[in-house]
Amino acid sequence: MRRWMVIAVPYIWMLLFFLIPFFIVFKLSLSDLATAMPPYVPAFDTSSLSAWLASIKAGIGQFDFENYAFIFSDDLYLNAYWSSVKIAGLATFFTLLIAYPLAYGMARAPKDWQPTLVMLVILPFWTSFLIRVYAWIGILKKEGLLNLWLMNMGVISEPLTIMNTTTAVYIGIVYSYLPFMVLPLYASLEKINPSLLEAAEDLGCPPWKAFWQVTFPLSIPGVIAGCFLVFIPAVGEFVIPDLLGGSDTLMIGKTLWNEFFSNRDWPVSSAVAVVLLLVLIVPIVIFQWLQQKQREAV
Amino acid sequence: MKGRFSWFNATSIAFGFAFLYLPILLLVIYSFNDSKLVTVWGGWSTRWYTGLLNNQGLMDAAWVTIRVALISSTIAVVLGTLAAIVLVRMGRFPGRTLFSGMIFAPLVMPEVITGLSLLLLFVAINFDRGFWTVVLAHATFTMCFAAVVIQARLYDFDKSVEEAAMDLGASPVSTFFQVTLPIIAPSVISAWLLAFTLSLDDLVIASFATGPGGTTLPMKIYSQVRLGVTPEINAISTIMIALVTVGVIIASYMTRLSATRAETDKRKADAAMT
Repeated sequence: MRRWMVIAVPYIWMLLFFLIPFFIVFKLSLSDLATAMPPYVPAFDTSSLSAWLASIKAGIGQFDFENYAFIFSDDLYLNAYWSSVKIAGLATFFTLLIAYPLAYGMARAPKDWQPTLVMLVILPFWTSFLIRVYAWIGILKKEGLLNLWLMNMGVISEPLTIMNTTTAVYIGIVYSYLPFMVLPLYASLEKINPSLLEAAEDLGCPPWKAFWQVTFPLSIPGVIAGCFLVFIPAVGEFVIPDLLGGSDTLMIGKTLWNEFFSNRDWPVSSAVAVVLLLVLIVPIVIFQWLQQKQREAV
Repeated sequence: MKGRFSWFNATSIAFGFAFLYLPILLLVIYSFNDSKLVTVWGGWSTRWYTGLLNNQGLMDAAWVTIRVALISSTIAVVLGTLAAIVLVRMGRFPGRTLFSGMIFAPLVMPEVITGLSLLLLFVAINFDRGFWTVVLAHATFTMCFAAVVIQARLYDFDKSVEEAAMDLGASPVSTFFQVTLPIIAPSVISAWLLAFTLSLDDLVIASFATGPGGTTLPMKIYSQVRLGVTPEINAISTIMIALVTVGVIIASYMTRLSATRAETDKRKADAAMT
């Protein structure tokens, strides 16, 4: 009896605040703008809430796939999906390139330094995401610190345009998600038995070859976990493309935000959210399956 | 993994940490800049900090944010502890796969989707949006992080102490409060701190879930950042960074303290046995 109560409380909470909301999003994505939300209603005026509610209820009665047809007929949305996946994928690769040497160095550092090094990687993750993205604006903008230094040192004569470009978005993603990549990499590198490398060395294997044939293959679980942890949230990222990207940087999280807050088109933003979820469901399921397998192996 | 710690390793660590910390360091330094122009150094000054105190809008938002974070992280830790127990101790039950899916999915779910779906829920059940909807939204997504932190501790937990308590006649509830909870307490505290800082930081989910009376600091900062970089934002950011850093250091100190205490207890017990 008690057992069921312990299960029921978090279970019902998650059903109510996580699962059911998704069904509401799905339902709304199948209704029309005109019935679901009358135009010219201010988005945050609570007095009109009941009017909205009534119209949403009315809208739910008439399912159609118009919003999906609209998304797939308009290049803007398809391009935004494609470019989000492309930007997130490339950014994940760059994050891996920077994180691997760092995690590798941490795993080989003296044992008594390692807890401190791990804490130093985690600390920025606890610091506000918004603030860390904001910090790059002052560095990257035209009259920012990076251009100031490069021009003072005589490396460049004209300021570089990095701010409000896709390059700035890559920098922002790599910077913000670096801890998510370093920690799983470090966890798998740290576990590697040193005698394996000694054996390789004794058998005359040069260090670089031992790295590619022993260390790297053994670190692959960490590489995979890190890549998923960066890629999945980066696809739907809003803050980074909005603050660092330019008007030509298309990312679906930003499109959804604009559709909702600027165009006030709830049904279309719901349809965008449903399609985004469908894009991400495959990597999310694979990731959970891999994690589950790893937990069971331990 | 051991091995020679080479120059290459030292350099990659140095570059990695420079990349992680330099932007934050620059932001902190320029918050003490006397000049209004963010990139021109005009000497040291604390005038942006005193300016903050007179910015009523920012102060109100900060107060809302702190209250939201305190309430939502407390709810999140209670629910997260229950969820962790369900995941680790309850064995198989119908719907377990769905439950673990619902706990792990929000960790990687894009915030725009979580935010939008919660807003539509609040509209559908006709719940007035404002302070409490932000609290509910934050409690929901941070409880998943709390559950993951606590379940990791429950996995490497010596179950025999619980069994001993039950054998000696303790009820499951008093076993939980007198045996289990004290042992997992450090992870519960770090889960609370994680939930607190996640709530403190969140912009996207709060923007969807909010209404009158629910304007949080990140929303305020975001609307000002869009207009450009100002030393005042650097100052408020520096205060938030300082608070979080102190909190994390205290948390890790407490975890280490409880680890050493457990170690000495164990040694005493071993000594008593022999």
